[in-house]
This record gives sequence, C-alpha cells and structure tokens, in this order.
Amino acid sequence: MFTTIARRLSPFFVKHQLNFKRPIKTLLPVLGFLLSFNVLAELRGTGDLGIVIEREAGAALIINTSQRTQLAKITNLGDLSHASVVFSRDQRYAFIFGRDGGLSKIDLLQDKLDKRIIQAGNSIGGAISQDGKLIAVSNYTPGGVKVFSSDTLELVADIPATYADGKLSKVVGLVDAPGQRFVFSLFDAGEIWTLDLKNPQNPLIEKFKNIGKLPYDALITPDGHYYIAGLFGESGLALLDLWNTQLGIKRILPDYVKSEEKLPVYKMPHLEGWAVADDYVFVPAIGKHEVLVLNKQNWTLVKAIPVPGQPVFVMARPDGRQVWVNFAMPDNHQLQVIDVKDLSLSKNLSPGKAVLHMEFTPRGEQVWVAIRDDNQVVIYDTETLQEITRLPAEKPNGIFFSARANKIGL
Amino acid sequence: MLALIGRYNYFLGGLFLVFLSGVMQPVLAAEPSSARQNELLALLKNDCGACHGLTLQGGMGPALLPETLSGKPDDFLVATILNGRKGTAMPPWQTFMTQDDALWLVHVLRKNKQ
Repeated sequence: MFTTIARRLSPFFVKHQLNFKRPIKTLLPVLGFLLSFNVLAELRGTGDLGIVIEREAGAALIINTSQRTQLAKITNLGDLSHASVVFSRDQRYAFIFGRDGGLSKIDLLQDKLDKRIIQAGNSIGGAISQDGKLIAVSNYTPGGVKVFSSDTLELVADIPATYADGKLSKVVGLVDAPGQRFVFSLFDAGEIWTLDLKNPQNPLIEKFKNIGKLPYDALITPDGHYYIAGLFGESGLALLDLWNTQLGIKRILPDYVKSEEKLPVYKMPHLEGWAVADDYVFVPAIGKHEVLVLNKQNWTLVKAIPVPGQPVFVMARPDGRQVWVNFAMPDNHQLQVIDVKDLSLSKNLSPGKAVLHMEFTPRGEQVWVAIRDDNQVVIYDTETLQEITRLPAEKPNGIFFSARANKIGL
Repeated sequence: MLALIGRYNYFLGGLFLVFLSGVMQPVLAAEPSSARQNELLALLKNDCGACHGLTLQGGMGPALLPETLSGKPDDFLVATILNGRKGTAMPPWQTFMTQDDALWLVHVLRKNKQ
C-alpha cells in the first residue's frame, strides 16, 4: 500500500522539484508520523463515557461525562421507545436492549456499532453476568429469557417462561446476581425465577410461585443479597433473600394500598438498585402519590413521603445522601429531591417537559436528566441543585453511564 | 371514513342522519381540531406508547394494530380508553380526553399502516 501511494505521489514530487531518489524510504517516516498522530488523537478512556438513548430516532449518543460533550451518534438501532443499557466489564462496549427485540453492541472506543441481532419480537431489558461473558435479555414475545455470548452475541441458552398449561409469561425485572446467576419475574404468572449459568450448557432454574399478582419490575440490592419485585396486581412487594432462598418469598407491605383507593397509574414505575440509601430502601408506591421508605433490616415502613405524582424512578445519589424522584404524566415536568438525612423533601425542580430518566455521575456530584419533549439533557450540580448546562438530544428517554459496568444489578 | 360519512350526511340529509344516530352515534361525533389531533397523536406516541410500544406492536399492554383491533367494536374500545380496564394496567384516560377524542384515536389506530 505504501508503495502504491509513494508511486502515485512521485509525479507530485517531480513537479514540485522534490525529486527524491527513494521516495518510499523518505515517505515512510512521514506516513508513519501521520498515522501515529491519528492514533494519538483517538486515544480515549471509556470510564467516563455514557450513552443517551434517542427514543424516536432509534439512535444512541456516546457522551463524555467529564467534558460534557457528545462524541458520536450511532443510528439504526431500531425501536428504542423502551431501551436499557448494560456495559462490558472493560467498559469498552455498551449493550443496548431495544423494544423490538434488538440487541446492539456498541464500541465506545471506536464510535461504531460492533454487532446487532434481533433476538425476539418484543423485549424489555437485560443484564450482564457476574463474569461479564453472558448477556441475558428479558422478553415479552416470546415470553422468556435468552442468553447470549457478550463476545459474539451467539445464543447460549434459551429459557422460555412457561407457566400454567404451557403458556408463556412476559418477563420483567431481570438482574444479574452473584454466583453467575440471573434473577427475573414472570409478569403474567406471578413467579420469580433464579437462573444459575455456571455451566451454560446446563442452566439450573429455581422457581418461586405465587409471589403476588402482576410483578411489574424488580431490583436487586447493590450487595446482591435481596431481590425485590414490585406488584401491580395487589398491594406490596415480593422479597427473595438470595442468601437464604429456602425461606421462599416474603411479602412486604401486604396491606398498604387497597385496590379501591388506588389512583390511576399513567406510567409503570421502574425499580433499580439505585434505591438503596443509608439503612433504607426507597420505592415508589403504586397508585398512591408517595415514596415509601423501608427499613432494610426488617422491611417495615419507616415513612411514606408524599410527592406530587405517581413516582417512576426513585434513585439514590451514589453516596446515598439524596434520593431523586421523577413522575408519570401529567406530573412529569417535575423532579423532586429527598434529603435522606431527615427523609424530607429538599427541593422541587421543574427542568422541562417530560422528565423521563436521570443518571448520576459515578461519585454523584452531577446528575444528568433526560427531558423528552424539550429535546434536551439537563445537567445539575447535586450539591447546589443548580443547573450546570443543557445538551441537545432528540427525544431522549434514557441515560446510562459506563460506571454501571462494575455494579451488581445494573 | 369519517369524512365520507360527513359527505353522505351533507347529501342525504336529515333522514339518513336520524337512521344512523341510533346505531352509529359515535361515528358521527365531531372530529377534534387539527391542533387537538396533534396533541392526541403525541399522547398516543408517548403515553399510550409507554405500554403499547412506540410502533404500537405491544409491550406490557397488548398490540394496538388494525388486525388486533378488528372485531372489537368502536364503543368497546372507546369505553376501554375512557374508563380503563379493571384488573389490568390500563388506566382511565377520561381526565385527558373526551369521547370524541377517544373515538378519533380508535379510527387512527384502525387505519394505522405500521
């Protein structure tokens, strides 16, 4: 290749009286220098990068959280109207789970789509295994979990969520757990399953039945000890102690919200491992405009904090001092900050129209907030609660930072 | 379809209207203004879409494609939108739209070519 280039360039040198006798030898260092310069320009660490999902465009923005800039836009990722992201443990790759069953592997080093498959008809989210080698996806159609190699995206295991007379249940609340396990809930069946993939050729499944009606999402505590599924079809939450699975399911707050007094829910809340702060677990009430504070030792209600709408995301700052809450429509222009020190509301922010998601920087000095209808991501200083800046994004609905790579359940 | 019936009314006059009013009253309802139609389309995409999918192929809620809705009468679908469905995650939307709005959305869904 160099020879060809040198030959092509030699008339240029002749014309400009640069008649080197050995153009190849002369040009090599020059080309080498140019190439090395190019490589230098592209060197980047991925630990402070992240992904912003653009729901309608079906695109992912690669962003730098330190510089607060957009580095690249990856397009053609399908239906991202409900998308979530996990990161490889080397933080080089982001795996995006799309609504349409698409699983896309993005290379954060090279700003490109590395691999993409359509693995199901309709899916809701996914997780990466403890050892980083497996990607599990929770599917609505066909109901079940599929597990892929994170390297090649080849299918490793297919776990249909079969219940009753061979029916398939939608799967929600899929998380990774210690011991090379995944844990998930069956929305239609009202079951929780643990899936042990130490030997991927021989997946071991443990099923917990009658956990409660319509589990809509779940979380695993950051230490991997407890799995908690929120129930839509009846009051409370279903708790599984992963250190003592023989104890079965324990119901938390079984009588908290009676169905006749339930307010309409215009968007299903999301549960995530972010909700644990201090000695508490913070969860959205369902059909009641409250954030519930649970005691992590005995799972009793410490306090119900009234909020202006149906909470959707209830997320603790990484240090646990604050909890940020957004809301379902028609209250989704607001964002509330709870001070964990005295469990009181410390601030009500109005960042814009349709506040869909937020993500903290790894040590929590900033929070990035997706404002769908304003086509913006707003960045706040979490100490002063003042806005730092706004970045453009087309209908953003999810923000995921690569620091998730090393967190259980994220 | 709405426009067609509108024209029929215009040409065939009151008798036809009286005949239809018993059977197809919702169909004759006033169409929302174009500004309102845009609001409703945004609501369909963002809020209905949260459970039924951006492309309406389903999610936690069932698909809302023409083939999944065929055989279900307008009245039933309008009532489901306005009052919700007990025992499911479908909430009542009557705080956010009128009967005419809901009917217009049902027609949009039936014509949807995705």
